[in-house]
Amino acid sequence: MLEIRIHGRGGQGNVVAAYLLASAAFEVKQYCQAFPNFGAERRGAPVMAFVRIARNPIRQRNQVLHPAFLIVQDEALLQIPEVLAGLQPNGGILINSNKSQIDLPLDFAHDVVCLPATRLAQEVLGRPVPNTALLSAFLSLTDLLPHDALEKALQHRFKGKVLDKNLQLIEQARSLVEANRWTERLESLYVKRN
Amino acid sequence: MLNAIEGSQAIAQAVALCRPQVVSAYPITPQTHIVENLSKLVANGQFNCEFVSVESEFSAASVALGAAMTGSRAYTASASQGILLMAEVLYNISGSRVPMVMTCANRAVSAPLSIWNDQQDSMAVRDAGWIQLYCADNQEAIDTMIQAYRIAERCELPVMVCVDGFTLTHTLETLDMPEQQQVDDFLPPYHFSRTLNPQKPISVGTLVSPDYYSEARQEHHQALLDAQAEIIQADQDWGKIVGREYGGLLNIFGDADAKIGILCLGSVLGTLEAALQQGLVTEKVKLFQLRCFRPFPSHALQLACEGLTHLVVLERALSVGSGGIVSLEVAVALNYLPQPPKLYACAAGLGGRDIPLQILPKLLALTQQPPQPFQIIDLK
Repeated sequence: MLEIRIHGRGGQGNVVAAYLLASAAFEVKQYCQAFPNFGAERRGAPVMAFVRIARNPIRQRNQVLHPAFLIVQDEALLQIPEVLAGLQPNGGILINSNKSQIDLPLDFAHDVVCLPATRLAQEVLGRPVPNTALLSAFLSLTDLLPHDALEKALQHRFKGKVLDKNLQLIEQARSLVEANRWTERLESLYVKRN
Repeated sequence: MLNAIEGSQAIAQAVALCRPQVVSAYPITPQTHIVENLSKLVANGQFNCEFVSVESEFSAASVALGAAMTGSRAYTASASQGILLMAEVLYNISGSRVPMVMTCANRAVSAPLSIWNDQQDSMAVRDAGWIQLYCADNQEAIDTMIQAYRIAERCELPVMVCVDGFTLTHTLETLDMPEQQQVDDFLPPYHFSRTLNPQKPISVGTLVSPDYYSEARQEHHQALLDAQAEIIQADQDWGKIVGREYGGLLNIFGDADAKIGILCLGSVLGTLEAALQQGLVTEKVKLFQLRCFRPFPSHALQLACEGLTHLVVLERALSVGSGGIVSLEVAVALNYLPQPPKLYACAAGLGGRDIPLQILPKLLALTQQPPQPFQIIDLK
């Protein structure tokens, strides 16, 4: 089982991102679970969402405390210590940022990848919603699921122009990160069963 | 059909498969998505039902009661303060022996205000005379919804299906949605024997003098106790159709010959199971999911606990000023065993506090000591 934690702000589509990633896993016959942790129910408030993907049925329902990967939809959230908490030593962080590199606090030596997802979304969708671009980049980095699984998940959730533009967006985003950069480490990040 | 779907949406679809003719509800977090989805199904013409939007939960329950009394299959859903606002009507529904089903999306009760999950709301109406079934996951929530109508209609009692708010309602997961034909075969059209009819007037819920009141209460009590057989039967019969059963009253997991047991209600079961699977403890443990809290399955519990030396009861609510709610009832039931296990009563996960895998070793550590008074085990 692989555990992923998504951090963002209310209104950035954090829950949708988690649901899309889980749904993409379902498309390739993996078990999946996705759920949000709402704080205050308002736009702009920090929000977390969790995703579990596994080959066997997923039983646990606790929050993801030791994620393999973090997807951070707003780099300013890195100022909150809880955002990086519990990330596995070999885990990776994908951050929505226009910068090419972000330095983490000294205690963290994790691999960081940046994607200008808000800018891309603004260009393609005409709206600053970074979630689907980040998911596409995440799949490129890990090869965890094929891209067409994400496309299918999008097709179930969206229609018409919104769907078309999102498909265009994920196509653009997939090649903007180094393909398979995190693929080899996947095996070491799975939660083991007895 | 298998699908990756949010719990609330799945519950709404399951409700629609049961073909209630009247749905009446008032939105409240975390129940909102259930009734929103039902409303959408009606608006899209996919679900033929009278959807009554009301101004409060009191009216939601009252409309459902009226609909059920006039022979409709009726449904409502609520949570937290909404359940408490319904409380008066809940007693009227069950006391009049009117079958209907509601979903309680379990949430803490104010004050202090919390929108998050615990089971204080349904526990607060545990004496209202409803059947209460607690689901461990969303698949069970779907299947229990369908079973609930059959139980309600065969027993002429209302059924509250309890699902942990957010933890289940807002979780998307892989779920198998039954086919309409399967549900139709299991739940044929229903005729309420005491349907209100102007051609044949009857009185319901009238004034009952002290000459008869105790007998009415005894009959209601006995009807709930007798419902255990129908709850087991519904689980088995639906299980034959879809290939999934949930142990009827009490679902038992883990090591059959373990001496230590943990009893819980609702979605924390999966986390305890995962902690066992991931080897967080070395002791053998038997897990009990108390699926049916009302009627309280004393006999099933006595049988299941025979041979145990220690039993930990983990609750997501408490009776303030007393302690455990479920544990007290478990203690009474097990008191009839020749050698009852030592009982440890605790609560965790109140007001949405996350219950991590580490809860399992913590619960087992309790059993190393003599039983203590009830405690909230995850205080900071």
